[in-house]
Amino acid sequence: MSDTCKFKIDGKEIIAKKGQTILEAAKENGVFIPTLCNFTGVKPKGSCRICSVKINDRFMTSCTTPVAAGMEVESNTEEISDLRKSIIELLFVSGNHFCPSCEKSGNCELQALGYRYQMMVPRFPYSFDKKNVVATGPKLLKDQDRCIKCQRCMKTIKDDEGKRYYAFKNRGRDLEVVMDEEMSKTITDELAKEAMENCPVGSIIYKGVGFSEPIGTRKYDKQPIGSLIETN
Amino acid sequence: MKEKIKAILEKYQIDATRLIDILHEVMDEFGFISAETITLLSNDLRISEAQVKETISFYHFFSDKPRAKYNVFLNNSITSCLRGFEHVKEAFEIESGVKFGNVSEDGLIGLYVTSCIGMNDQGPAAIINDKIFTNLTPYRAKEIIKGIKQGKKVEELIYEANGDGNNAHPLMNTMIINNIRRKSLLLDDNYEKFEVTKNLISKYSPQEIIQIVEESNLRGRGGAGFPTGLKWKFGSKMPGEHRVIICNADEGEPGTFKDRVILTQYNDLVFEGMVIAAYATAADMGVLYLRYEYRYMLEFLNSQLDYMRNNNLLGNSINGIKDFNFDIRIQLGAGAYICGEESALIESMEGKRGEPRDKPPFPVERGYLNYPTIVNNVETLASAVRIIKNGAEWYKTFGTSDSLGTKLLSVSGDCRFPGIYEVEWGVSIKEVLDMAGAENVQAVQVGGPSGTLVNVQDKENHSKTDLMKWYKPSGMMASRKAYDRKISYSDMATGGSIIIFNKSRDILHDVVMNFMDFFIEESCGSCSTCRNLPYIMKQKLLKIINGHGVREDIDDLLNWGKIIKVSRCGLGQTAANPILSSILNFRHLYEEHVKAMTDYDNQFELADSVSAANSFVGRKFIHHNS
Repeated sequence: MSDTCKFKIDGKEIIAKKGQTILEAAKENGVFIPTLCNFTGVKPKGSCRICSVKINDRFMTSCTTPVAAGMEVESNTEEISDLRKSIIELLFVSGNHFCPSCEKSGNCELQALGYRYQMMVPRFPYSFDKKNVVATGPKLLKDQDRCIKCQRCMKTIKDDEGKRYYAFKNRGRDLEVVMDEEMSKTITDELAKEAMENCPVGSIIYKGVGFSEPIGTRKYDKQPIGSLIETN
Repeated sequence: MKEKIKAILEKYQIDATRLIDILHEVMDEFGFISAETITLLSNDLRISEAQVKETISFYHFFSDKPRAKYNVFLNNSITSCLRGFEHVKEAFEIESGVKFGNVSEDGLIGLYVTSCIGMNDQGPAAIINDKIFTNLTPYRAKEIIKGIKQGKKVEELIYEANGDGNNAHPLMNTMIINNIRRKSLLLDDNYEKFEVTKNLISKYSPQEIIQIVEESNLRGRGGAGFPTGLKWKFGSKMPGEHRVIICNADEGEPGTFKDRVILTQYNDLVFEGMVIAAYATAADMGVLYLRYEYRYMLEFLNSQLDYMRNNNLLGNSINGIKDFNFDIRIQLGAGAYICGEESALIESMEGKRGEPRDKPPFPVERGYLNYPTIVNNVETLASAVRIIKNGAEWYKTFGTSDSLGTKLLSVSGDCRFPGIYEVEWGVSIKEVLDMAGAENVQAVQVGGPSGTLVNVQDKENHSKTDLMKWYKPSGMMASRKAYDRKISYSDMATGGSIIIFNKSRDILHDVVMNFMDFFIEESCGSCSTCRNLPYIMKQKLLKIINGHGVREDIDDLLNWGKIIKVSRCGLGQTAANPILSSILNFRHLYEEHVKAMTDYDNQFELADSVSAANSFVGRKFIHHNS
């Protein structure tokens, strides 16, 4: 029995390994599906919902749904593109994102997706909630204005015992991702940098260095998000 | 203190998946979970302090700040509000001198508001130190606070007589009334307890049991309606070291209280249903997940389990059947509506936040501790016992062709006889209203806030526009001939919550706003959509109610309601239903509020906005273009 299968995304034939998710298979076949919470190597959680696609007229998250032979997936339709745009807008209005003053500008996936989906004025009113910046740890600060609760830091930044440096606090609109105070005191340099790196936005910032790479020359300044996948 | 924490941890084998139980014991012992305790738990359980706090801060009934000696959790569900919640709340505050959300300075009284506690037929109700107080009035609230100040025990604060049936059992001792209004095949007292386990199941093979349940077409009674036989069949075929049967007794949909009544009067059927399910699927672990609000039943239910163990109805070789080993424990929840969703319930049982899982895999494939897990509703399991006793053919004589058997409806709101009605599937809304003695009805909420708001007046609705068409697949059809609509899987499927509103009620301001607040409060926050949109939509509704809305706002709400449908779980997907359903069936109420039917929002009236300043400085406002 072969360990590959074929299915379609927007009519394009995709060859996938069995057990892969739709998102992984799409990426390998040059089809870009946006995602903010998925992270290679860790179990997906499907919390940003931006990778939603339609299968049999039902919305499914492509980061959690395994491929199946013959499946027909809708992804780049007008309806789904607008849905993705609305989720980007939702994340913008529910936080306080001021790109020009953000250390992650140009390396920020939310910003890059905003450009890709041509977000202009969000359809939703801004909430302008008052949120904190927590900077008590020696190496990292956590800017709650920018956090999109993607859980990447929670899933990837752990100590040798598997204890998590980051965890949720509260629920619903009051949900926050917070750093463990005790553990933040002893985090290694390497892990602290990884935490900043893994954050899709500018919510986790490594202290002491700022703007060492000038804005305008950063990752998505040169290559719009998704373009590398699509040219492969 | 350290010793006590150690003892608690050891009781649960220092197992982080039992964190909910551990935290309950800490709450009982110390009244709250201190920073010191969190450090101790973190060290021994080998999870970070932030992870311990993650679980604590998710649940309503855990606290990392000191709570009071007497903690009053007053229920703010819609029927409670219709019956004087605000006055009762005020009386509590005035008499105690404490505002809700706070603890008095002397640490004696804490006042909190909480979501539906399953007492909609006798609200406003409150939980005070795990005891339930029903039918509260301002007078009773004042008496309670006076009693607390006099140093009375919680038991002494209840001067009402005990309720009926098992509510008066010494282990319950509660003033709750069952309010059973109509009985049929499930709520039938004419049977011998546990006779199916004692005399019948050994006559059937596990496969035959599944076959009977499949033939009866029993479907999940929690609301989703998944075929029970199929679930058992899937579960029985999944490989796993253990197999788990979970009874979902976390009924949290505002307006339902049927599980409360079943667990009070017929819990033997529920436990027996679990035993039958275990026999059919070769499961060896059983858990009943009991919502925290029903903690007053815990001892009583445990006594029933003890009876079963003593009579070989649980344990090893149940009733002499070789290799049939199965036991049940009760897992107490901690106050979170979302835990009624089966995968969130499992997460909670593993000591975590009640955050729904992505599917696939489904719980029957990988559930509790990754074992194949079958989660069934209280009513489903009890029904299964009747089916095995009397056969599928007998069961098929009840209900309609697509919905067999009976359904318990929890009826509350504006009617003379709120309570539990066991009806055959296929009963119409009109019949239900007549049974309950409802007059002057304006609207009926079927299926709780996540369900449908039915307009019994049959107003001409606007289902012809494109936007309206979109909503059809979601099962939220605008109601025509609403009176004749039927409670059934093909028309209006429901977990059984029926809330009635008469013509004096302000549907948008009182009902829809209350439901939206509920979803905002109870969202786990994981999905970007459900975390943010209900609040944004509620603000928009508020704008309309306050007379600042324009027609476009109504269309915006309908459009935004589509976005939320991509959320992971049922709560998220239905969190906009109060607004969507009321636009579909009560659009005229929105249009009455919308400003002069304008299409655009001109934000403010210049002349009005500056009039106060003008009069202050004695200047006149002159329109240059007039």
